[in-house]
Amino acid sequence: MADAAAIPTPQDYLQQHSRWRPIEILFWLATLSPFVLFPDYLSLASQIAITALFALSLDVILGYAGVVSLGHAAFFGIGAYTAGLYSKFVWGEPLTGLLVAAAVAGVSGYAVSFIIARFRHLTLIMITLGIGLLAHEAANSARWLTGGTDGFEGIRMLPVLGLFRFDLYGYTAYGYALVVLFVLFVAVRRLVHSPFGLALRGIRENWTRMPAIGADRPAHIRKAFTIAAAIAGVAGALLAQTTSSISLESISFQRSADVLVMLVLGGAGRLYGGLIGAIIFMVARDQFSGIAPQYWYFWIGLLLIAVVIALPNGVLGGLSSLVKKLRRQS
Amino acid sequence: MLAPIAGVLFDGIAYGMLLFVLSVGLSVTLGLMNFVNLAHCAFAMLGGYVTVTLVNDFHWPFLATLPVAFFAAAAVSVVFEQLLYRRLYGASDLDQVLLTIGIAFVSVAVAAYIFGTLQQPIQTPAFLRGSTQVAGLSLGNYRLFLIGFALVVTVLLVVGLEYTRFGAQIRAAVDNQRMARGLGIDVNRTFAATFALGSGLAGLGGALAIEIVGLDPSFSFTYLVYVLIIVSVGGLGSITGSFAAAILIGVSDIAGKYYVPEIGAFLIYLVMVIVLMWRPAGLFGRR
Repeated sequence: MADAAAIPTPQDYLQQHSRWRPIEILFWLATLSPFVLFPDYLSLASQIAITALFALSLDVILGYAGVVSLGHAAFFGIGAYTAGLYSKFVWGEPLTGLLVAAAVAGVSGYAVSFIIARFRHLTLIMITLGIGLLAHEAANSARWLTGGTDGFEGIRMLPVLGLFRFDLYGYTAYGYALVVLFVLFVAVRRLVHSPFGLALRGIRENWTRMPAIGADRPAHIRKAFTIAAAIAGVAGALLAQTTSSISLESISFQRSADVLVMLVLGGAGRLYGGLIGAIIFMVARDQFSGIAPQYWYFWIGLLLIAVVIALPNGVLGGLSSLVKKLRRQS
Repeated sequence: MLAPIAGVLFDGIAYGMLLFVLSVGLSVTLGLMNFVNLAHCAFAMLGGYVTVTLVNDFHWPFLATLPVAFFAAAAVSVVFEQLLYRRLYGASDLDQVLLTIGIAFVSVAVAAYIFGTLQQPIQTPAFLRGSTQVAGLSLGNYRLFLIGFALVVTVLLVVGLEYTRFGAQIRAAVDNQRMARGLGIDVNRTFAATFALGSGLAGLGGALAIEIVGLDPSFSFTYLVYVLIIVSVGGLGSITGSFAAAILIGVSDIAGKYYVPEIGAFLIYLVMVIVLMWRPAGLFGRR
């Protein structure tokens, strides 16, 4: 009996990893601080929360399933335009807008996932890039629907839950974005600590062995991709709802590249990687753009080179190996 | 009715030739070294700026600047290869993509800092301006020059890779690195030379492109998409594949813009996605 207890069952393993740690609770408490400490930066804070949600969605497929996508902004954009059209022509209620956006982005993601699950390496990178560019061109040429390069206008939002009106200072916007981020974060957290999450990691680690041990790899990838697309759609919808406008930039290659940079900067394959990456990236952009906006990409480029060469697992990966090293010494 | 079609075809082929010179270097390095180099067009942009500077500030003749553009891009690329790229041979696609996107970002900012964000004007020699009448068609001289130039490059490359000792070493190093090392081939040097050749060709393409598409700091990314499309459609490492894909993409792009301007670049992206879904290794890919 003693031996049996020493060998952890898979359930034990998953439960052990899914326990909330004090530092996580601290992190989420800290996300409330902008309300009190930086009320002037609430609009930046809500941008960060939205971008973090977008990065989290990319983490599901890239970080956990190892599926590289250079066109993830397609789903962000689809969500944004869906939410915009819904509020303009159907109903200005925000939460149903989110659900509709998630559904439309999820269905598009499901359709695309049949292509995605078949390819890997350079072909996959090129196909995702191509799909992202196609989505951008589609939004650009459908001027009658999306406003094209002029941007989408005419979003009128009702108060959230009928109680919280979107105000000029961004209290509601940040609170709303933060709650949605937290809820979806908890859902993704459940997901990656489930057997399904383990299967995704298995696919990332060994593409050919997973089918050999009986895992239906294409089905897993399709499922993960659909979930990621739906979450990206919610992030896009949040941006449309909180800023009351949509620019073509929200579906551009630039946005796909930025979110990839954030995720890798924070640490792909870690729940908080996208969140930390989004915070660093957005705050740095806010600060650097103040000095010389056109040279912002110089610093991002240098940062990327440095991360790839020096911190292959991102900031969080670097921190965690540092902590491990310190523990071993003491 | 026929004349406009032939005109579009001619422009498309000339444009395709330009894209071929820009992309063939990437095809070679990607196919041979398996390195996803998204900074390829940054080297092309470097070649372009070298030519612009020499022509406008030092009053060199345009043609004389082309070799300089080639060697400048090749030399700079070798420095990058030795310092950065070398560490990531055999690393994951994602790491390579990120490193090289980083370099491309930096190149955009540096070009904007030195040259500003405006389009660079260029003065081509008199015999490359104007057009020639052939069978009732008015063919641009510069475009004729481009087509001839690209054909020469293609022949040189095919002959160089298939029939020279260096070409044989490259192919050996690619097919079986360990075996090639065992036979005494300096694989690292071979790869560095291949990389320099590929980037040099990009630099040449960048210099040739100024007259047709202009040059500004966003070149690194605008043409990266075209180049990647050609390389992946044509098949990695295949020179004839790149050649065919460049013509296909060049003609579809020009024809799309001419006949259905409202869908813009839609057509080439669609061509790429369909070709890749049908043949994931490209039209002339080996696998």
